[in-house]
Amino acid sequence: MKQTMQRDLILRVVSKVLIPYIFLFALYVQFHGDYGPGGGFQAGVIFASGIILYALVFGLRRAQATFNPRWVEIFCALGVLLFGGVGIWSLFQHGNFLDYNVLNHHDPKHGQHLGILLIELGVGIAVTAAMVSIFFTFTGRGRSA
Amino acid sequence: MLLTLLAATAIAIILLHDLFASAMLSGIFSLLSAALFVVMDAVDVAFTEAAVGAGISTVLMLGTLALMTSTREKAVRSFHPLPCLVVLLTGAVLVYGTLDMPRYGDPTAVVHQHVAPRYIEESYQEIGVPNMVTSVLASYRGYDTFGETCVVFTAAIGVLLLLGRPRNHEEEEEL
Amino acid sequence: MNPGLYNYWVVVILMMTGFYTLITRGNLIKKLIGLTVFQVSVFMLYITMGKVDGGTAPILTEGVEVYSNPLPHVLILTAIVVGVATLAVGLALVIRIHEAYGTVEDDEIQRLNEDTP
Repeated sequence: MKQTMQRDLILRVVSKVLIPYIFLFALYVQFHGDYGPGGGFQAGVIFASGIILYALVFGLRRAQATFNPRWVEIFCALGVLLFGGVGIWSLFQHGNFLDYNVLNHHDPKHGQHLGILLIELGVGIAVTAAMVSIFFTFTGRGRSA
Repeated sequence: MLLTLLAATAIAIILLHDLFASAMLSGIFSLLSAALFVVMDAVDVAFTEAAVGAGISTVLMLGTLALMTSTREKAVRSFHPLPCLVVLLTGAVLVYGTLDMPRYGDPTAVVHQHVAPRYIEESYQEIGVPNMVTSVLASYRGYDTFGETCVVFTAAIGVLLLLGRPRNHEEEEEL
Repeated sequence: MNPGLYNYWVVVILMMTGFYTLITRGNLIKKLIGLTVFQVSVFMLYITMGKVDGGTAPILTEGVEVYSNPLPHVLILTAIVVGVATLAVGLALVIRIHEAYGTVEDDEIQRLNEDTP
């Protein structure tokens, strides 16, 4: 398929500088979704964009060596399970499904904060893993031709 | 101004025959619409549209185009008036439908009356999170968000099922 | 005419542009691009309805009284993500069709389908 762009010095250096900041920004957006725009979906897509940039500049083989596709698929399911798990946990605490008020016995608002944090984390993990695995599948298709 | 640029980009997408240019223009279209969402006070939506539309969507389309043999669309030979008529008729009916709508930005519109004031006023007391979109998304309408996450998961599974197996001949004989 | 409805009319124009691309162009990828344009115009319709005069983004801040309606924002957030999921599966199907028939023009695919029963 296409060669890796390893010989292009500017792309290599600039992406090496930018990719850690992209990941940092994704984590910022994930955890500050309560106080500003952001949340699980946006953070997941930005994190996946960082991984896709790495795969585009340094080649699919190196990206798949760093982020094993099997583990990426497992993480996708883990994200959805985390979300469902919070719902089931609140069922065990004698509340409705996904009722966060019962997650903390002392203060319902703390329960809401905990519930929203876990939910957004689950969504972020699931969206990241889904986007990365879709991208790996698309680009992996041409290589075996 | 932004709306005019948006309409011009959309018309350019139809008229171009080069698929690569069309994919790029659709990324620009998403970015312009994200800017428009910010003007209309929808910052969360603008964030998501910019990340998803101008990022993931464009990458996936370019990934698909890399696997195609030709990246030019076949030119339409004859001009059929029927689709044009259908489109104009649908457009006219829709414009007739919008004549009943409240004007842009009207605070007394029906959509702002029943559930939204409760969310805006009670959100901080009940949930304690400043971002009202997050509180509605994760807490008041958390079940819908669960369904959305499942849709994303299902899409990843679907793509894996369709494209996961390599196209070697040995693998095809196994299937 | 009422100038307060100008936004809706541009939305209808964009929607019809996407719709036209979807029905007249034979190339499957062009159809998917037209579908994306259609989806974004529908999002714009909902967000336009959510704006309130003099309001700001729906994030609680000191000294702000009027907020834009957060409910359409939530709906469209879900719709955007579902849209990209649909696009991914659609493009995967296009790749498989291309491998099976060698082309992505729908009239050629139909002809190849009729030739080989």
